[in-house]
Amino acid sequence: MFGLNDTCILEQDQEYLSLEDYQGRVSRWCAGCGDNGILGATQRLCRDEQLPREKTVFVSGIGCAARFPHYMNTYGFHGLHGRALPIAQGVKIRRPDLNVFVNMGDGDCCSIGTAHWIHAIRANMDLVVMLHDNGIYGLTKNQASPTTPSGLKTNTTPRGTLLRALNPLTVTLGVTNASFVAQVGEWIPDLLYEVIRQAYHHKGLSFIRILQRCPHFTAELYASLLTNPDNILLLTHENGMQISETTAKIYKRQETHDPTDLNRAREIAEMSDKVPMGILYRNEQIGRYDELSKSGIIPNWERRAAVLESAFDRIGIQTNVPE
Amino acid sequence: MKEQTVRAEADSKQLIQADEHIIEILSDSGEGAQTAGQMFATMSAKAGNSVWTVEIIPAEIEPPARSAPGASGNRIRIGSFDITNAGDEADLVVAFNEQVLMGGMSAGKFESGCIILLESMWGKHPNPAIAREYAEMMEKLRKTDYRIYEVPMEAECMKYVQDARRGKNMFVVGMLCNIYSRDLNYAYKEIENRFKAKKPTLIKPNVDLLEAGYRWAEENLDFRFEIPTCPVTGSQLVTNGNTSLALGIIAAGMEVCSMYPITPATSASHYLSQALYEAGGIVHQAEDEIAACAFAIGASYAGKTAVTITSGPGMALKTELMALSVMAEIPLVLVNVQRGGPSTGLPTKVEQGDLLAAIFGTPGDAPKVVMAPATIEDCFYCMITARKIAETFRTLVVVLSDANLATGQQAFPRPQLKKEWDAPPIDQSPIPKGAKAYDWDPKTGLSRRFIPGQPGGMHTLTGLAHTRASGVAYDPEANQEGCDNRSLKLAAFQKTLKAPKVFGDADGDLLIIGWGSTKGAIEEAVTRVRKDGMKVSALHLTYLQPMASGIKEIMQQFRRVMTVEINYSDDPAHEMIDENNRRYANLAWLLRARYLIDVDCWSNVHGQPIKPGSIERMIRDRMTSKQTH
Repeated sequence: MFGLNDTCILEQDQEYLSLEDYQGRVSRWCAGCGDNGILGATQRLCRDEQLPREKTVFVSGIGCAARFPHYMNTYGFHGLHGRALPIAQGVKIRRPDLNVFVNMGDGDCCSIGTAHWIHAIRANMDLVVMLHDNGIYGLTKNQASPTTPSGLKTNTTPRGTLLRALNPLTVTLGVTNASFVAQVGEWIPDLLYEVIRQAYHHKGLSFIRILQRCPHFTAELYASLLTNPDNILLLTHENGMQISETTAKIYKRQETHDPTDLNRAREIAEMSDKVPMGILYRNEQIGRYDELSKSGIIPNWERRAAVLESAFDRIGIQTNVPE
Repeated sequence: MKEQTVRAEADSKQLIQADEHIIEILSDSGEGAQTAGQMFATMSAKAGNSVWTVEIIPAEIEPPARSAPGASGNRIRIGSFDITNAGDEADLVVAFNEQVLMGGMSAGKFESGCIILLESMWGKHPNPAIAREYAEMMEKLRKTDYRIYEVPMEAECMKYVQDARRGKNMFVVGMLCNIYSRDLNYAYKEIENRFKAKKPTLIKPNVDLLEAGYRWAEENLDFRFEIPTCPVTGSQLVTNGNTSLALGIIAAGMEVCSMYPITPATSASHYLSQALYEAGGIVHQAEDEIAACAFAIGASYAGKTAVTITSGPGMALKTELMALSVMAEIPLVLVNVQRGGPSTGLPTKVEQGDLLAAIFGTPGDAPKVVMAPATIEDCFYCMITARKIAETFRTLVVVLSDANLATGQQAFPRPQLKKEWDAPPIDQSPIPKGAKAYDWDPKTGLSRRFIPGQPGGMHTLTGLAHTRASGVAYDPEANQEGCDNRSLKLAAFQKTLKAPKVFGDADGDLLIIGWGSTKGAIEEAVTRVRKDGMKVSALHLTYLQPMASGIKEIMQQFRRVMTVEINYSDDPAHEMIDENNRRYANLAWLLRARYLIDVDCWSNVHGQPIKPGSIERMIRDRMTSKQTH
């Protein structure tokens, strides 16, 4: 009625994917669960990058975090406890056209799936890996995980955990070929979004440890970070995260950290008095298994037949034929 | 049985004609007995003999020299009829030292009257301990009925080369050419093929050694053999089961093979690592068996059915992922080249002990297809079939090969490649609105698979009990429905299977049922007893899960039915064993459970291929015993 051609608008609407278009089933996470924030930031990324939904795959293991793919309206693979990474590698190996994301909890990644974690880092395939670290086994109801702080009483450690918590950042940064390592808290939406965005644009395996609150079992785990932002050390750099002014005002403790400096990244990861947030390390020069393993040969029947015939020639004989 | 006719030749040599012969060449690791064996086998096949060779491999890379467990080499069975297995005891053994004879002797692997050609240098060895060992062994050997010939291999070779350790094997090939009346032209050609590309300067010394061996045998041995050739002509492939599997994987159009090193499966991946690369695919060596299976499942999910190759212990580790493949209906081919178990067991030895583990090893109900190639040729074709079944029925197909097929070599007709074997391209067409990821057909349980990249097919696949729309199932009926449909697919597949053919008459006194690599030995044994008029037949099963219709009816035509397998079963004669506690061989359990027929079994876990002669003896015992069971 205002002279607009509404067929045009309709077409535009169909092409442009909104946040809702990326929303899958209704989340069954607890109220106040940090996973909701991670989901929101990820959907925002998909929308902003306009990722084709059919070309996007979320792979997960088992646990609370692993329900993630069900809540996305993309392809998803909710696999086995600990095995998300090798499944994701398998998905990616012949399908460079797919955007592959991996969501794992701390039990999934740092306990039952440790071998895969180490080797996936080394293989450095183009995957975005999110470690939802709430320091506890939630879905199985409150057992200590490798990242549970020492002394915490859980159902399997009634006298408190005996060992110091594993530090996923130092482990990852210690693995040959680590190419993108970041840490962020899910309660800081700006930072979370920015880190996931940078991870998405990184060519190689980007590993993000996301500190994630479990309102049920480890509600206090990150409380000191929420009440006192000075416990957080924000990593800034011209080649690092883009930080809004508001965020910069809240998180005053900052360090200008060059993400190409591996030694400093390792020192930062080791800090015990402050919790670093931002990009610890980034290196796009590291070889990727998905690229390195390519033969450049287009597989088709003609090619296969040629390989087979020449193999047959090598192991073949003519019988009863005089030489 | 081995039939021989002996006639004297002009020069007082005996010329013995036999319809088959088994030769073993044994040396320390690294002395080239395997090369000699392979060369002689290839020449024999080219000359028109039917051939089966088995590699004799020590467990260690560098086992102690001059030791029984360190024996390395080849067993070659050549014949003038269709040879389908490794056969019985050896007729002629070439030993590079006396100690490598020990293992075979104590295992009864040598035929009575077996000819032994033994390197004689050790008798005069400067180390008195070695000279003594040799003398002691000679004393033992003289008490047997073996025909011992001491051969100065080292001394003869030293006339032509400085280091006889490299080249003694060619001298042996020369001897064998003389003994088995082989035209040396076959050998010249083999030497040329072997060294032409890499080291042409080695052709001449090798030819010298070959001819020296030939002459020595001509001048010093008082016998020769002739194994008439069989009428097969044309193009053949000579290869082992693992290479055959690897070629089958390429022919099936599979592009991803994911594995972790494990004996005796790994050589298939060795072969594929280059061949699949050249075909545009990839062999991925994962960090562990679990990751290898997960990677293959991921690759299959993304479009093209992948294969993972392993052996028993590796399959055990993959169990949870095998169930995932079944539960989420992701096509997957898993090859298990079985070895001796349980646990680490006998890594290099033969066993068929994983059948029940393959079918039932996954917790919960995980219906899958389990099939077993029976021959080296089957290893090739079964990969094509397995890939098709996995895709058509959206399921896991387990292929059970074993160490016997993996390391045995046989000639079979060169396959004529067919484009219909190839895998279809990845479907990227849009999914119709409203279609569900598990829209099970009520009759067959089949549903269309959605592949990432297909617009409109977005869903999350899960190993949790799920609904037709791939949502997590909270409703108790949903799990029942999923299980029903996955099982139904197996029934639908079963309807496509044809009953296997009986080898021998369709009825009689005894039916022997086998599966996997024992086919050749069983049928050879059955052929031998049938010649004596015994009413014995054999049945061989390729599909173990599900089994074709009609097997019960076949069994009912025989007075007694039994399986012959290479796996564990209790000895029914033991005082502790009775019908309440007797544990049967794998296939016997299955047949008893399904068909309610009193199927007996005969099996062992010696880690060796079952000899046709042993099966034959067992049949004769049973047929003459008065017991019905």
